[in-house]
Amino acid sequence: MTAVEFGSGGKGAAAPRAAFRAGWGQLAIGLLVLAFLLVFLVWPVATVIWVAFTEKGSSSFTLTNFADFARTDLFIRSLWNSFYASAMAVVGASMLALPLAYLTTRYVFRGAKLVQVLGFLPLIMPPFVGAVALQLFFGRNGSVNLLLDDWIGIKIPFMEGLNGVIFVQSIHYFPFILVNLTTALQNLDRSMEEAAQNLGSHGFRLFRRIVFPLALPGYVAGASLVFVKVFDDLATPLLLNVKDMLAPQAYLRVTSIGIADPMGYVISVVLIVASVAAMWASSLATRNIDYATLQRGGGGHAKRELKSLSAVLAYALVFVIIALVLAPHVALLLLSFATVWSFSPLPDGFTVAHYVRVFSDSAGLIKNTLLYATLAGLIDIIVGTAISYLVLRSKIAGARALDLLATAALAVPGVVLGIGYLRAFYDIRLWDGTSLASAWIVIVIALAIRRLPYALRACYAALQQISASLEEAAENLGATKGATIRRIVIPLMTGGLVAGFVTSFATAAVELSATLMLVQTDANAPLAYGLYVFMQSASGRGPGAALGVIAVLIVAVGVVVSQRVAERTRRIDNGSLGN
Amino acid sequence: MSAWWLRIVNALFFFALPLTCYAQQPSGKLSVVTSFAKDVTDPVKKAFEAANPAVTLDVQNRNTNAGVKFLEETRSNNQVDLFWASAPDAFEVLKSKSLLQNYKPKATGIPEKIGQFPINDPQGYYFGFAASGYGIMWNERYAKANKLPDPKEWQDLTSPQYFDHVSIAAPSRSGTTHLTIETILQGEGWAKGWATVRRMAGNFREVTERSFGVPEAVNSGQIGYGIVIDFFAFSSQASGFPVKFVYPSVTAIVPANIGIVANAPNKGAAEAFVDFLLSPAGQNLLFDPRIRRLPVNPAAYDKAPAGYPNPFTDPRLNSMVKFDVKKSEARNDAVDTLFDQTITFQLADLKEAAKAINEVEQALAKKSNPQAKALLDEAIAQMTAVPITEEQASSPEISGAFSGGKGKKGARQAELEQQWASFAKEHNAAARAKAAEALKLAK
Repeated sequence: MTAVEFGSGGKGAAAPRAAFRAGWGQLAIGLLVLAFLLVFLVWPVATVIWVAFTEKGSSSFTLTNFADFARTDLFIRSLWNSFYASAMAVVGASMLALPLAYLTTRYVFRGAKLVQVLGFLPLIMPPFVGAVALQLFFGRNGSVNLLLDDWIGIKIPFMEGLNGVIFVQSIHYFPFILVNLTTALQNLDRSMEEAAQNLGSHGFRLFRRIVFPLALPGYVAGASLVFVKVFDDLATPLLLNVKDMLAPQAYLRVTSIGIADPMGYVISVVLIVASVAAMWASSLATRNIDYATLQRGGGGHAKRELKSLSAVLAYALVFVIIALVLAPHVALLLLSFATVWSFSPLPDGFTVAHYVRVFSDSAGLIKNTLLYATLAGLIDIIVGTAISYLVLRSKIAGARALDLLATAALAVPGVVLGIGYLRAFYDIRLWDGTSLASAWIVIVIALAIRRLPYALRACYAALQQISASLEEAAENLGATKGATIRRIVIPLMTGGLVAGFVTSFATAAVELSATLMLVQTDANAPLAYGLYVFMQSASGRGPGAALGVIAVLIVAVGVVVSQRVAERTRRIDNGSLGN
Repeated sequence: MSAWWLRIVNALFFFALPLTCYAQQPSGKLSVVTSFAKDVTDPVKKAFEAANPAVTLDVQNRNTNAGVKFLEETRSNNQVDLFWASAPDAFEVLKSKSLLQNYKPKATGIPEKIGQFPINDPQGYYFGFAASGYGIMWNERYAKANKLPDPKEWQDLTSPQYFDHVSIAAPSRSGTTHLTIETILQGEGWAKGWATVRRMAGNFREVTERSFGVPEAVNSGQIGYGIVIDFFAFSSQASGFPVKFVYPSVTAIVPANIGIVANAPNKGAAEAFVDFLLSPAGQNLLFDPRIRRLPVNPAAYDKAPAGYPNPFTDPRLNSMVKFDVKKSEARNDAVDTLFDQTITFQLADLKEAAKAINEVEQALAKKSNPQAKALLDEAIAQMTAVPITEEQASSPEISGAFSGGKGKKGARQAELEQQWASFAKEHNAAARAKAAEALKLAK
C-alpha cells in the first residue's frame, strides 16, 4: 500500500523519529506482528473473500463483480448512505463526548469518575436484547413516544430511517471519543493552559486554541473509530430495519442459505478498502504536528473551579447527556425485572424470576466471558503498542502498513471472520484429535483481532503525546532500548493502554457475530452466546435481559478496576518522575 | 492389550472415536446443531436423557443459515450428529450437498402428508417431527389503541387502514416466510398472488432479517400485526403477551424437521433421538406451553389440551392449498430475490405509492367517481406489476443466474437484480402519478 511513502515521508516536526535506528529488535517485533496478522487476519479472511474476484459458480478470476457493484443503484445508494450516516454520527458523538470529557477533566467536578464510567457504558449494548430495550424506550410505541402522545399528541421518530441510525450510533459509539479524549486531556500539561490563562485567554477561546489542539490525537483517535465503526456496523441498521447501507447489504448476502452470491464479498472488499482509506485520511490530520509535551498531566496547578451559575449549567448539561445515553440501559434493567412489557410506558409488573432462571447457567458464561475478554484485551494492547511504537519511533519500512492492516479488521464482518477461521483452522488437529478451530483460544484470538483496532488507536494516541526526548535522555544516560521502553515509555503510556484495554475488553465481552460461528460446546460459550440462545423465544426475553444486565455489570466492574490500576500506576510514575 | 491402556485411549479419544460399536445401547455425547430456542430444546433434552441415561445431549444453538454454513465448513472432520431446524429448504440444501444420511425411523402411524405437504423426505434424509401453519399475529393493546379490526385473511391486510402496521420477515432470510409467500403465489396464482403480496407490502412497517424479529416487535407493541408461523404466537400467548393469532384460509401447514448428519460420530444415539422425537412420548412434549407445535402423529392429539388446533381433523386446516414442492424449489431463488429487490430494499418507495393509492381509496369511499376509479385501478395495476412471468421464474436462464457456472446463458444475478429493482421503481412512480391524478378527480 502506501507503506514506503510513509516510512520515509516523515518530515518537519516529526523529526525525533530519525533519532532512532531500526535495530534488529524492532525488526523482529515487526515480523512477529506481521506474522500474527497474516495468520489470524489475512489468511482466514482471504479464504472467504476471494469469491469476490471469481466468476459465480466457477473459480476463474474476474473483475466483473466490481463493475456490477458500480452499476447497481442499490449499492451506490448504500455506499452514499453509509458515508453520510458515519460522518453525521461523528458530529453527534462529538457533541455528546466533548462536554463530558472537558468538564470532568478540566474542572473540579464532583462525580467525575462516575461520569467517566457511566459515559463508557453505552458502548456495551448486549446483542438483540439491547435492541429490544431501545425500541421499548425510544421506538414508535416506546415509553417516550407513548407518553408524548398521551400528553401532547405527538410522536418523535427517534428510530426511523437514516436519522434513526445516526441518533442511535451517536449514543452507541460516542464513548470511543470520550475515552480517548479524556485520556488525552488527562495527559496534557496543565502549565500550557495556565500560561494561556496568564496571557488572558479563557473560556471557549482557551479550549479552542490551546486545550483542544493539544488533545487532538485523542480526539482524532476516537472520531476516526466512530466513523469507521459506524461505516462497518450492521447491528444498528438491521435493528432499525435500514437495509440500504453497505454493511447490512454485505451481511444479508453473505449469510443467505444456499446461494453462492459473490456480491456480498465484493461489498466486504469495498468496506475494507473504504475503512482503511478513512483511517489513513485521519492519520494525515495529525501527521505533521508534534503533540508531545515533556510534562505529564500531573504538572501545573490544580483543576479550575466552576463559578456558581456555570456550575449549575455544567452539572445540568452532564446530567442530561448521561440520562440520554443511559436510557437504553435503564430500559434494559426494567426489562430484566418485567413480567410483561407490551405497548405501555412501563412494564405490567415486576419479578426476579428471570434472574433466578439464568442464575444456574450464568456462572460458566461469566467465567468464559471474563477469560476471553481479558485475554483479548491484553493481546490487543501488546500488539497495539508494538505497532504504534514501530510506526512512531522506528524507521522500519512498512510499519504504517501494519497499522492499516490491523485497522482493516474493523471492516471485516464478524461472520466472514468466523467462516474464515473454520476454513483455515478446522483441518488442523490438536494432539487429542480435536480440531484447532474448536479450541476456546481460537475464540479469544478472533475477539482480539476484531477489537485490535480499538486498542491500537488508543495506544497510538498515547505514544503520540510522549516526547521522544524523554527516551533519548534515558538512552543518553545509558539505558538500553528495552529498558527505555519498559521504564519510560510504557509507564507514560499507562493511561492510553488502559483506555485501549478497556475498550477492547468491554466490546469483546458482548461480541457475537464471529463467536456464533466458533462456539462448539456449551462449556466454551460466552455470555453473548447464552443471551442469543434465550432471545429466540418469547419467554426468553426476560432471562435474556437479565443476562444483558449481568454483561453490562461485568464490563462496568472491569472499567472501574482498570481505572483504579491506571490511577495507582500514574501516581507512582508521577512520583518517580518528580512532577 | 491390557485394560488400563484401553481406558487411557478411551479417555483421550472419547469424543473423536466413532461410537457405532455401542449401537445397541446408545451412549456417549450426542451433538445437535439447532435453530430452536432453549425453550424448545430444554424440555426435549430432559425427557430424552431420562429415557436414555447413557447419552448426554449437547445442544449447539445457531441460526439456520449459520448452522448450514457450519456443517459445510466442518465436513472434513464432522463432529455433529443431528441437524434440527424448521425450514425444509435448509434440509434440501444439506441433502443436495450430501451432508445428511438416510434412516428409516421406527415410529408408526405417521401419515405421508400433513395438509398438502409431505411430512418426510421421500428418500429418508430428513423427517418432519412437528407441523406448523402460517398466519397473522397481532397485539391486542395496539389494535385497540389504533381502533383496528381483527384480520381474518391475507386480503384484509391489504386494506388502507393497516397502513404502516404490518411486519414480515424477508423470505430470503426466513425459510418459513418463504413458504408463506410461495403458498400465496400457488394458492392465488402468480400474478394475482404477487398483487396480494405487493399490496400487503404497501402496508408493511418493516421487513425484518430474522424470523423472530416479527413476533418480537408484535410482543413489545412496536408493530401491530405480524405474518408469522403459529408457534411464535402460541408461545407468546403462553408467556403472557397480549397477542392473538388467526390462520387465513390460504395457508400451508409445513413440517419442522430433523436429519442425521453424514458421518455422524454417534450414529446410534442420533437414530435413538430421531425415534424418540417421533415416539408418542416425544410427540406429547410438543404440547408444552413453551413449545406449542403440532404433532405429526395423529394419535398424539388424544392427549392435546382443550382447543389445540388439529391439522388432521380441523376442516379449516384441511382445505389448504395443494402445495407443489417441485415448483417451489425450481423458483426458490427467483421468488426471494424478486421480493427483496422489489419490496425489502424498496420499501420506502413502495409505501409512497401505497399511501397515494390509499388516499384515493379513502376519498372514493366517501364519494364515488367512476373516472377516478378507473385511474385508481390503473395505479394499482402499476404498483402490483411483476417484472417476470411465472414461466420465466423457473426458466433455466433465470435459475442459471443464481447458480452461476461456466458457459451459462442469460444475465448475471447482479444484472437481474438491477433490472427488477428499476422495474419496481418505475412502476411505483407511475402508480404515484396515476393516483395523484385520481385524487384530483375524487376530491
